[in-house]
Amino acid sequence: MKKYSNQGSKDTRSGFGAGMTELGQKNENVVALCADLIGSLKFDDFKKNHPERFFQIGIAEANMIGIAAGLTIGGKIPFTGTFANFSTGRVYDQIRQSVAYSDKNVKICASHAGLTLGEDGATHQILEDIGLMKMLPGMTVINTCDYNQTKAATLALANHHGPAYLRFGRPVVPNFMPADEPFVIGKAIMLNEGTDVTIIATGHLVWEALEAAEALEAKGISAEVINIHTIKPLDEEAILKSVQKTGCVVTAEEHNIIGGLGESVSRCLVQNHLVPQEFVAVNDSFGESGTPDQLMEKYGLNSAAIIEKAEKVMARK
Amino acid sequence: MSNSHQLHDFTTQVRRDILRMVHAVNSGHPGGSLGCAEFLVTLYQEVMKRNPGFSMDGINEDIFFLSNGHISPVFYSVLARSGYFPVAELATFRKLNSRLQGHPTTHEGLPGIRMASGSLGQGLSVAIGAAQAKKLNKDNHLVFALLGDGELQEGQNWEAIMYASAKKVDNLIATIDLNGKQIDGTTDEVLAMGSIKAKFEAFDWIVLEVTAGNDIDAIKAGLTDAKAKSGNGKPVCILLHTEMGNGVDFMMHTHAWHGKAPNDEQLTNALAQNVATLGDY
Repeated sequence: MKKYSNQGSKDTRSGFGAGMTELGQKNENVVALCADLIGSLKFDDFKKNHPERFFQIGIAEANMIGIAAGLTIGGKIPFTGTFANFSTGRVYDQIRQSVAYSDKNVKICASHAGLTLGEDGATHQILEDIGLMKMLPGMTVINTCDYNQTKAATLALANHHGPAYLRFGRPVVPNFMPADEPFVIGKAIMLNEGTDVTIIATGHLVWEALEAAEALEAKGISAEVINIHTIKPLDEEAILKSVQKTGCVVTAEEHNIIGGLGESVSRCLVQNHLVPQEFVAVNDSFGESGTPDQLMEKYGLNSAAIIEKAEKVMARK
Repeated sequence: MSNSHQLHDFTTQVRRDILRMVHAVNSGHPGGSLGCAEFLVTLYQEVMKRNPGFSMDGINEDIFFLSNGHISPVFYSVLARSGYFPVAELATFRKLNSRLQGHPTTHEGLPGIRMASGSLGQGLSVAIGAAQAKKLNKDNHLVFALLGDGELQEGQNWEAIMYASAKKVDNLIATIDLNGKQIDGTTDEVLAMGSIKAKFEAFDWIVLEVTAGNDIDAIKAGLTDAKAKSGNGKPVCILLHTEMGNGVDFMMHTHAWHGKAPNDEQLTNALAQNVATLGDY
């Protein structure tokens, strides 16, 4: 199979920070807002280079979303940054009314999504944000897999008009996507072609899916791996083309099984081409404290879980 | 428009629009709408520097945000009669396929509206953002916002009030419709807020008070004063003492007409108190 090598592990949030730094230089309409988490969101360079375009809101996320909506009136392109929990669940009505329903060009950028936030525990580990955001009409939902892709997505969002949610994470993870890989919102990326099972993964689970595919190959199983960075709008064409070949699918995400990528894929399959599906996702529970690796192991979100579900779904064909 | 007599006639017509709009669909919020008629007429006809036509970005003009979106009838009437969309369209208020939704929205592309409001407490934050965008654009025009007093019970307002002074958003004039009433009764009965003036002053705003908030000359003087005090490093707040249901005797001095439409007989009575001046839609 095609080999993706780790070019040197980095956190996805640093990819966001690098993207913001570049946007600051390239696009004078880009502004950044933060709710007391400059370091965590890697906003330091943007703030230093463009203090007039950086808005420290304080610990007041609802106000941040509203101010971001207001900044679009006058042509600014606001990127808000805080943890995923405080970017979504805490401010759902503000996003719903002032951003989504008002069709404001706000980019809601969320770090520390999912379990891999780690030791802070469930108060900070949102596993429902993809569902919350994808239910909003007109909202684009993106969950990136590594440093390079997060940077590319950040740059792409500045050229995309409309409300968007960009989800990334805290831990240092393999950086394996080519730096020059084009990022097209709504277009899935084929990472490995296979014939026996389709693995559709998003976020931190993409690397795990590649590792799983390699292990499956050693067992004589040919796994197709699709990196679906955009959950909404969903690249149904890529999904259907793949499952028509493989006849079964495993979805993998660092999110609740309810409301996430997996359910979006299910809807696509049920409406168009029904094949067996298995889910690698959190089974409707909150997270807890622990190291990222421990948590991903305990909640079944790693390559071992993907391998198990791949074999299970193939048996159901 | 230049004299208070003309503004008075304009306001009377707006009152008729409000009453007829909510009566036609047997729903909507006449009380607060009537209470703010003089204010919005004065703001749009006398105070704001507006460009012809409508652009969402509102560059090089004053712009306004309505946070207490339930008083949409007065907003729609003033916008239509200020030339943003045909007055005849007021007849579609709250009806299927209308641009005049129950609460204001940008979603249907109605000229004059720059954000959706209705879920309370969000407008001041948006107005602050728009004011900061004006500063970035070196646009010296002002941002106005109107909030209900009951609406101040929403916590987001206090995030915004704290922020606006800390960040010296001094191109912002926020008016509080101080009618002392909300759905379940008086604001004191529901959740007494003490001195709103003291609260805004404690948050380091410039606070002006217009005690005759249904008097066009007093409103104009208050807004003129507020404009003069803007640009001095602090946001400006106007406490506008209004009478909910103003201009219709049986709708005044009660919170009963917050969200209730008049019946046929009540409409006739109310319209008789407000004789048409500019022609009904």
